[in-house]
Amino acid sequence: MLEIKNLHAAVDGKEILKGLDLTVKAGEVHAIMGPNGSGKSTLAYVLAGRAGYEVTEGSVTYGGKDLLEMSADERARDGVFLGFQYPVELPGVNGMTFLRTAANAVRRHRGLPELDGIDFLKLLRQKASLLEMDDSLLKRAVNVGFSGGEKKRNEIAQMAVLDPTLMVLDETDSGLDIDALKVVSKGINALRGPDKATVLVTHYQRLLSYVEPDFVHILARGKIVASGGKELALELERDGYVNYVPEAA
Amino acid sequence: MAATTETQQALKDIGGDYKHGFVTDIEMDVAPKGLNEDVVRMISAKKGEPEWLLDWRLEAFRKWGKEEEPEWAKVHYPAIDFQDIHYYAAPKKKDGPKSLDEVDPELLDTYAKLGIPIKEQEVLAGVMGSPNIAVDAVFDSVSVATTYKKKLEEMGIIFGSFSEAVKTHPELIRKYLGSVVPVSDNFYATLNSAVFSDGTFVYVPKGVRCPMELSTYFRINTKETGQFERTLIIADEGSYVSYLEGCTAPMRDENQLHAAVVELIALDNAEIKYSTVQNWYPGDKNGKGGIYNFVTKRGACRGVNSKISWTQVETGSAITWKYPSCILQGDNSQGEFYSVAITNNMQQADTGTKMIHIGKNTRSRIISKGISAGRGQNTYRGLVRVMAGAENARNYTQCDSLLMGDKCGAHTVPYIEVKNPSAQIEHEATTSKISEDQLFYCLQRGLTQEEAVSMIVNGFCKEVMQNLPMEFAVEAQKLLGISLEGSVG
Repeated sequence: MLEIKNLHAAVDGKEILKGLDLTVKAGEVHAIMGPNGSGKSTLAYVLAGRAGYEVTEGSVTYGGKDLLEMSADERARDGVFLGFQYPVELPGVNGMTFLRTAANAVRRHRGLPELDGIDFLKLLRQKASLLEMDDSLLKRAVNVGFSGGEKKRNEIAQMAVLDPTLMVLDETDSGLDIDALKVVSKGINALRGPDKATVLVTHYQRLLSYVEPDFVHILARGKIVASGGKELALELERDGYVNYVPEAA
Repeated sequence: MAATTETQQALKDIGGDYKHGFVTDIEMDVAPKGLNEDVVRMISAKKGEPEWLLDWRLEAFRKWGKEEEPEWAKVHYPAIDFQDIHYYAAPKKKDGPKSLDEVDPELLDTYAKLGIPIKEQEVLAGVMGSPNIAVDAVFDSVSVATTYKKKLEEMGIIFGSFSEAVKTHPELIRKYLGSVVPVSDNFYATLNSAVFSDGTFVYVPKGVRCPMELSTYFRINTKETGQFERTLIIADEGSYVSYLEGCTAPMRDENQLHAAVVELIALDNAEIKYSTVQNWYPGDKNGKGGIYNFVTKRGACRGVNSKISWTQVETGSAITWKYPSCILQGDNSQGEFYSVAITNNMQQADTGTKMIHIGKNTRSRIISKGISAGRGQNTYRGLVRVMAGAENARNYTQCDSLLMGDKCGAHTVPYIEVKNPSAQIEHEATTSKISEDQLFYCLQRGLTQEEAVSMIVNGFCKEVMQNLPMEFAVEAQKLLGISLEGSVG
């Protein structure tokens, strides 16, 4: 589904990713772990096509297409979802309106009829009950005045409604208490499926006890320096990055 | 929400060009260019006006000759040759249409082309069960169709063209005309007083709550014809009325002058809500063409506990010079001003309000949202004046500016004059830019650049937009998106 080869990317002329390779197949969950400044968020933004994140070398193929040729909004409509580390506030923009506009943009792209207000509400209720979340957050302005946990839950709710194919979650676990972590994990698990893939960017093992990854990768100095199964995350939890990133010692 | 997808469709439909750029070919009855006493007499005679009104116009004309154009606003344009303008144009008619069959089909076609969600076309076409919006359609100066009149008449509400009201209710016109905006108020108001062609008259009798939104569509249609509309709305004791005004105009190269005067009068316990969506041709990207909109709008809260609320969404015109104001004369009276002004490309807007507190316990609220894009210049200019006798006057002002790009400008010029120590005045102002974070967040959810901008801007303007009546809100949301097309990225 996703094939990243020798990816080099720079921000403000400074190279952050330095030859990253990663292959994600449908149905898989990959965790990307690494110390601060290793390029985890840069990878997430490059995949989502954020302006200012310049790919200088390498290729990214998504579902057989050249992902790097697509604009950020085309990628989103084509099923690439980025869960933000810091979800952005949109003052005055009603959450329901925002999400329905987004959902209909995706549906148009998929050749599905657009949803009117009532059908959208039905879909929303259905997804919300699946995630055991109420939809009260969506009645407010997008992310405005939300707590850290509410923002992350809102990201997962948006993800559930948009039903993406490739989910890239950038430190979705940061700033969550244990209850919120459980709710968010439940949401992520509910969206796993044989034709979907998830890339979890995280600092900590604790999310991975709830969302079990198929593969764990260590990102350091802009490259994947080690890959393994879920036991790799446990090892990191115990020993830290010292065995993989000498300067982290 | 529906509006944003509609915005998308509208953007596709217009392919980036001004949507309403067409000229209807109807035989015109046009005055020769230029202004002198004879033209004023001709206008008055065309309308069969009484002697007192002709004298009123002539007095205005003489005063106009001595006044100077205001130059204090932050707008720049080449000098207007006032002798190079037609001051009267009217569609030819026989005795006035008795039924819609007599209305020029091309006229109906014009309304059809406007494609505005409010169902005037149905109303004009006499479709039964069409919505409760009374339309006094102004087609270049002269009203050609007035609907729902009967229904309103039963309640004693007078809603029709100004010239007709001069004939049917001369006592009301004589009593109130010029009582809020005096003949010599300012250069453009004086000009309007001399040459006004037609407009709308509304009277709501004591204790009557007008059951529907009253709506007028203005449309500038004759080449190089200035429009001088005159609107007078009187809400008698304990009454309520909501009035909607919206405009579109055909594309053309000559600059067109529009100098309307609107006077509102609210007596004891009366309330008037006046909403405007203004979408006149703004000129092209290089600032060629476009409407000059020099309008004087003022409301007088004459009675105790009276209230006047202005809501405006200004997206069109090359130049906007407009300060809908409230004179808060009655004790406990309230004035409100909610405004969204967009300037894109070469547009200039100098707009705001005046709240004059005269009575005790008077309150006013000003919410102004200015959006500048392209090389647009947007100025909020507002005055809050508390007179010596206005005990416990209160004002809250909020002026927010949103900048898109780095070649536009936003300016805030608030004047506050307080002569009573018990007054409480609050003023808040912010200036912000659409952030790259916000745009990317929207794009990442699948919205296009245009949808994203429209959504963020509509959010920015929410406090104003939510004051618009439903019929107008959808159209106004669309306009915000269309007006800012291509301004980011």
